[in-house]
Amino acid sequence: MPNTAISVSDLSKKYDDRLAVSHINFEVPLGTVCGFVGPNGSGKTTTMRMLLGLITPTTGQGHILGEPIEHPEKYLSRVGAMIEGPAFYPALSGYENLMVLAKLGGFPLERVQQLLDKVGLGDRGKSKFKTYSLGMKQRLGIAAALLPEPKLLMLDEPTNGLDPEGIQEVRALLRDLANEGTTVFVSSHLLSELEIISDYIVMLRKGEIVFAGPIGELMAQQQPTIIAKSLNHSDLKRIVEIAELAGHHAVIRNDSVHVLAEMDWAPVLNKAAFDAGITLAQLAPQLPNLEETFFEMTGEK
Amino acid sequence: MFNVVKAELRKLRRPTLFFGTMGAALFFTGLITSFIYLMIDSPQGNGDRGRSIGREVLGLASGSVNGFASVGNFLGIIALCVFAAQTAQEYTYGTLRNLLIRQPGRMKILIGKLISMMLFAIAMIAIAAIVSIAISYILAPGAEVSTDLWFTSAGFEAIFTTFINVTISVVAFGIVGMVLGLLLRSPISAISFGVLWLLIVENLLIAVKNSLQNWLPGAQLSAIASGGAVDLTYKHALTVGGLYVAVGAIVASVLFVRRDVAN
Ligand SMILES: Nc1ncnc2c1ncn2[C@@H]1O[C@H](COP(=O)(O)OP(=O)(O)OP(=O)(O)O)[C@@H](O)[C@H]1O
Ligand SMILES: [Mg+2]
Repeated sequence: MPNTAISVSDLSKKYDDRLAVSHINFEVPLGTVCGFVGPNGSGKTTTMRMLLGLITPTTGQGHILGEPIEHPEKYLSRVGAMIEGPAFYPALSGYENLMVLAKLGGFPLERVQQLLDKVGLGDRGKSKFKTYSLGMKQRLGIAAALLPEPKLLMLDEPTNGLDPEGIQEVRALLRDLANEGTTVFVSSHLLSELEIISDYIVMLRKGEIVFAGPIGELMAQQQPTIIAKSLNHSDLKRIVEIAELAGHHAVIRNDSVHVLAEMDWAPVLNKAAFDAGITLAQLAPQLPNLEETFFEMTGEK
Repeated sequence: MFNVVKAELRKLRRPTLFFGTMGAALFFTGLITSFIYLMIDSPQGNGDRGRSIGREVLGLASGSVNGFASVGNFLGIIALCVFAAQTAQEYTYGTLRNLLIRQPGRMKILIGKLISMMLFAIAMIAIAAIVSIAISYILAPGAEVSTDLWFTSAGFEAIFTTFINVTISVVAFGIVGMVLGLLLRSPISAISFGVLWLLIVENLLIAVKNSLQNWLPGAQLSAIASGGAVDLTYKHALTVGGLYVAVGAIVASVLFVRRDVAN
């Protein structure tokens, strides 16, 4: 048994003349929750489709649970997935829709009602899919993905359309599944939505990987920054001079100066400012904010 | 593949679809069969395209299935619509990706779908046959048609042969529907193209040049249902019609197996 749930190397997909996914490499260890993050159009759905055998890669290889993606029949019975939103037959009930998929996959039919209960649709299972709210549709999609009791669960933006409570529930569900040994590969265009539950992050931008690794490494990549505020704009420029004289890069943003330095340099800055006759309104470390890192990395702002 | 059939049957037994289709089949069966007997003396004819079907023909051993064989065409068009819709909707609803995640063998999906819809079509044909023969039997005395030969061994043989011919024809129409569904990926386009072609384009072409009757796909499949037609032998219809269906099925399957599922 390999210890990676997903591994891809040099994977690309070209639509017409445009590379939607460009020579990406990454691995997702078994048993982790891996956040797959990137802005709209960065290639998340395209990558997931390749991993599920729905579209053929233009270049590269991939392995899921140790099996090559050219042979989806070797691993899909152990994989649950919802790609690009829930898609079901509108005229069938939620229950019937899951029955179709349970029969197709040869799964025990009792699971259908159990899963409807699990995702909170227990009492609406008999209603037609077309009468469901967006959140209910999303829940049905998650239930369908859980039908095989998957070793690997792939969910494409599962919290789209869910209210804050629903988002909490999905997060708790994913965390529970991971604790039971399921590997979860979940995409979102918001890092903040996944950072709480993810052990691992793969970040995509314009079809290219900008980060892939444990979430701790992503935090560590953040530049430590001190923020110094002053009410007087001309003082800000002098703070920049002080910082640069000491060899630290500094820039003015709005009414504060961002100094790239460890927090233990803050007292030095404070003293120097005081000596220069500058009153600092505030002096604080910038709190680790993955969203900021994300925007820096993906170049969106 | 057996799982695919079971899953597909789950979709086909949806009440609106099942009873809607069966209802339409019964409506045409009742209408066309009754017409033959009720209009037997009409100068406008009692068969399709103004043909006259006389008492001597209806009184033959094969008389009981005259109505049923004439309905074959309509059953074929119904099958075309159902097969096309059930196939193309997987694209428009985006449900194809769910199917392929659960069963990545794309040929298995296609064949399983075909088998399940064939079962559905056979149920429809059987009901139409029973109803058509029953109506014929009930209306025959009033139209002064003798039913003495209908339930002899030659009569049952005629029923059996017609049932097989109608089934071949209807399933072939269904496969054409499936092919259109796979190629056009939209139920509305597939159904409108198929129905317009069969009901209007072919008839216009045949009106312009009668010999085209021997080469147009719809005309071949219709002729199979009635065991051959005027100037069109059963064997010819089976060969040419079979060729159309085979080529269409191969092209559509190859496309389906290779094509990216990106919607
Ligand atoms: N079927 C298709 N045909 C042509 N181009 C496509 C197709 N599907 C996706 N693309 C293109 O590929 C790129 C990546 O799309 P993809 O759907 O993978 O992005 P995404 O990261 O999932 O975005 P989102 O967050 O909006 O869902 C986009 O530029 C998109 O326009
Ligand atoms: Mg997407």
